[in-house]
Amino acid sequence: MKDRREVRRLTCIVCPLGCEIEVLLDRGPGGDVRVLEVEGAACPRGREWAAREVTDPKRVVITVVPVRGGDPPTVSVKTDRPIPKSRIPEFMRALAGLEVEAPVRVGQVLASGVLDLANVVATRESRSMGRSLGERP
Amino acid sequence: MRSRVEGRRDVVVVGGGPAGMAAAARAAEMGLDVLLVDEGRRLGGILPQCIHPGFGVHYLGEELTGPEFAQRLASRVEDAGVDLLLDAHVPEVRWISHAEKGVRVLSPGFSGEVRTGAVIYAAGARERHRFEIGILGDRVAGVYTAGEAQTMMDVYGILPGRRVLVVGSGDVGMIVARRFALEGAEVVGVVEIMPYPGGLTRNVVQCLEDFDIPLLLSHRVVAVRGRGRGRVERAVLVRVDEGLRDVPGTETEVECDTVVVSAGLVPRMEVLRELGALIDQATGGPMVNDRLETTVPGVFAAGNALVINDLVDHAAEQGEQAAEGAAEFLRRGGIPATDWVKLRPGEGVKLTVPQLLSGERDVWVYLRVARPVRNARLSLRGAGKEVRLPVVRPAEMVRVKLMAGEVRRAKVGGREVVAEVYGG
Repeated sequence: MKDRREVRRLTCIVCPLGCEIEVLLDRGPGGDVRVLEVEGAACPRGREWAAREVTDPKRVVITVVPVRGGDPPTVSVKTDRPIPKSRIPEFMRALAGLEVEAPVRVGQVLASGVLDLANVVATRESRSMGRSLGERP
Repeated sequence: MRSRVEGRRDVVVVGGGPAGMAAAARAAEMGLDVLLVDEGRRLGGILPQCIHPGFGVHYLGEELTGPEFAQRLASRVEDAGVDLLLDAHVPEVRWISHAEKGVRVLSPGFSGEVRTGAVIYAAGARERHRFEIGILGDRVAGVYTAGEAQTMMDVYGILPGRRVLVVGSGDVGMIVARRFALEGAEVVGVVEIMPYPGGLTRNVVQCLEDFDIPLLLSHRVVAVRGRGRGRVERAVLVRVDEGLRDVPGTETEVECDTVVVSAGLVPRMEVLRELGALIDQATGGPMVNDRLETTVPGVFAAGNALVINDLVDHAAEQGEQAAEGAAEFLRRGGIPATDWVKLRPGEGVKLTVPQLLSGERDVWVYLRVARPVRNARLSLRGAGKEVRLPVVRPAEMVRVKLMAGEVRRAKVGGREVVAEVYGG
């Protein structure tokens, strides 16, 4: 049988300690990854994190969305759950055309089920500026 | 929100960032009449532009983004009945007497002097700019501080450039590098003069490694190049040796249209210096006692105007401490003169706050180490205290509680506590 084992080296991000962790993993024929051993982590949380990081790394995505007639002219947003790291570029492209109307409240869902991965939630408010200059009543 | 400005106050808080908001809310919750003055059009200081998560884990017990953290504190300020004056600059705080200060205010709605019993100065810090770190060359467009670039991107939604070079690998530098990469800019690298990254390991992983952004250690940018009054076209880099001296013959050029300088912060001290407060050369902020009172009685300091913090949680905590100090000052007609014990940095430690300890109360001591140390032994010599820490780094403020009894031990000795850090 061909050797499908490999060692991944990671720096743990669970706490400030920053343990250097080595994960021994086995790559299945379908690309699925099985964790065989985790070494170098000082705590169980670090071991868990490292195993997840090599099998299914996820991140909360943060960005800004333009607000028409808003002050300030954008709101910051976050995904309401972490999404797979590999799909972040695709996710950002899906958000590229998103624009919303003022006012926006903190916690407001601005887009739901984007790529069936997460909702996009405002983390900052944007007030209505009223009519902009040059606009007729 | 109401904003009565006229009339004498118990406390005027200068600065509406995390430290100032926490100070104002706490002081008002203790029943004091508080006016909070801020330069911006809304509360929050730099928090609204810090859209990444990681705020509030210690102070609020949950992880929030910067704007969310600001919102929480802003509602607390409102609920506590603090009067607000926004869009207002404070050019001067005037000494009238031990119990009376005058805060000069300039704003579109009100200009004049507000009399107050105590002042909490929480006006934050300014960013160091390119010339302070020796980036010479052409005066072209496209050179920003990290905060400017972050404001453009995350408040106004404008990507500052297409090929970005970031100078400085502190947390702010790495976080803005990630933001530009995420928004589709090419981040050609993060340049760091020290042989190790300036920020937290988690940011090296989540910001740089996640986005394949190169980190160039032991290098510095010596010049930016561009034509005429145009835009940045290239940056000139040089390698440095262990003494941080340029190594001749190692100059290289990197093509970029934007240079973002993330070279640290300097406490804003003009107003306190003018008032006569003693400044600590190590922190760049005022010298304070364990109520966070400066050497000017009745004038307190908190947040980045006191010491550059890496966690918003610490800034907010300092705001609360300063508010409690101000309340005590008003109640007792002053912080009683006492037999102060001096706290100062020693071996392996860059700075310590507060600088004067009374021994009448337990106190949170903040300190920053000079270099990374594993299995560190932190000694507070004079207080007979030793703490073991798995790792300490310059990027992470160390916070230790010193008991009143431990401080009093120093009163029979050399009248000082010296913070020292050793390996192993």
